[in-house]
Amino acid sequence: MAERHDADVLFRALADPSRRRLLDLLHAHDGRTLSELCEHLDMTRQGVTQHLDVLEAANLVATVRRGREKLHFLNPVPLQEIYERWIAKFEKPRLKALSELKQRLEKANG
Amino acid sequence: MARSTFVYVTYIRTTPEKLWSALTDMEFMKQYWFGMHCESQWKAGASWKLVSGDGQIFDAGEIVEADPPRRMVIRWQHQNKPELKAEGDSLCTLELEPSGPAVKLSITHAIEQDPSKFIAAVSGGWPKIISNLKSLLETGSIVLQDPYPSK
Repeated sequence: MAERHDADVLFRALADPSRRRLLDLLHAHDGRTLSELCEHLDMTRQGVTQHLDVLEAANLVATVRRGREKLHFLNPVPLQEIYERWIAKFEKPRLKALSELKQRLEKANG
Repeated sequence: MARSTFVYVTYIRTTPEKLWSALTDMEFMKQYWFGMHCESQWKAGASWKLVSGDGQIFDAGEIVEADPPRRMVIRWQHQNKPELKAEGDSLCTLELEPSGPAVKLSITHAIEQDPSKFIAAVSGGWPKIISNLKSLLETGSIVLQDPYPSK
């Protein structure tokens, strides 16, 4: 049950475009403050704070206090878990076949 | 100088004592660290090294702080690839905090270089290692046998 709950929180956190944008921003440059993140989003400070709280609850964002500042870091561990649980086990044989087919067809066209 | 930092956090359903022992027991470590293991006395001032299955020393350094089962700081320098070794020492901090029925494990790895090839190299490894560790402690088996499975 606990495991299912973790996955629900995680997928809900990823289901919002602004939150995915925040993850992309942190991926491009980690360790940012709330103010730095707000510069890139057309949203109120409170809105960004709420999205960051959801991401932190899902463990996708980790925060570190440095003096008076709170720095936000992308935490890739839950994404690795999604990859192992939901992608790796389904992808391999089928995606390999598909990508070979694509390559063969594209070669034949060229 | 600018600094590169990566932070990894996971919640593992175990106790701080068990997690500490999983992080410091050579034989246990090999199960989730793709055959690699650390050698150290795990006390402040003790030497530390990360050794591959065939005995090569990949990284070496020293334990800066050890406060079982709460906090450990390792001074960590890569040894194998010249361009990564040239970046010098990094600091790896492991923090274990009880959190309900689980333990929050935070790993912060930082180096005084930005960008850092070393941090880029370890950033691919840590999520896989931590995810394996979590799975091993919670279910008794690991998820990934090979860190870089063929596509």
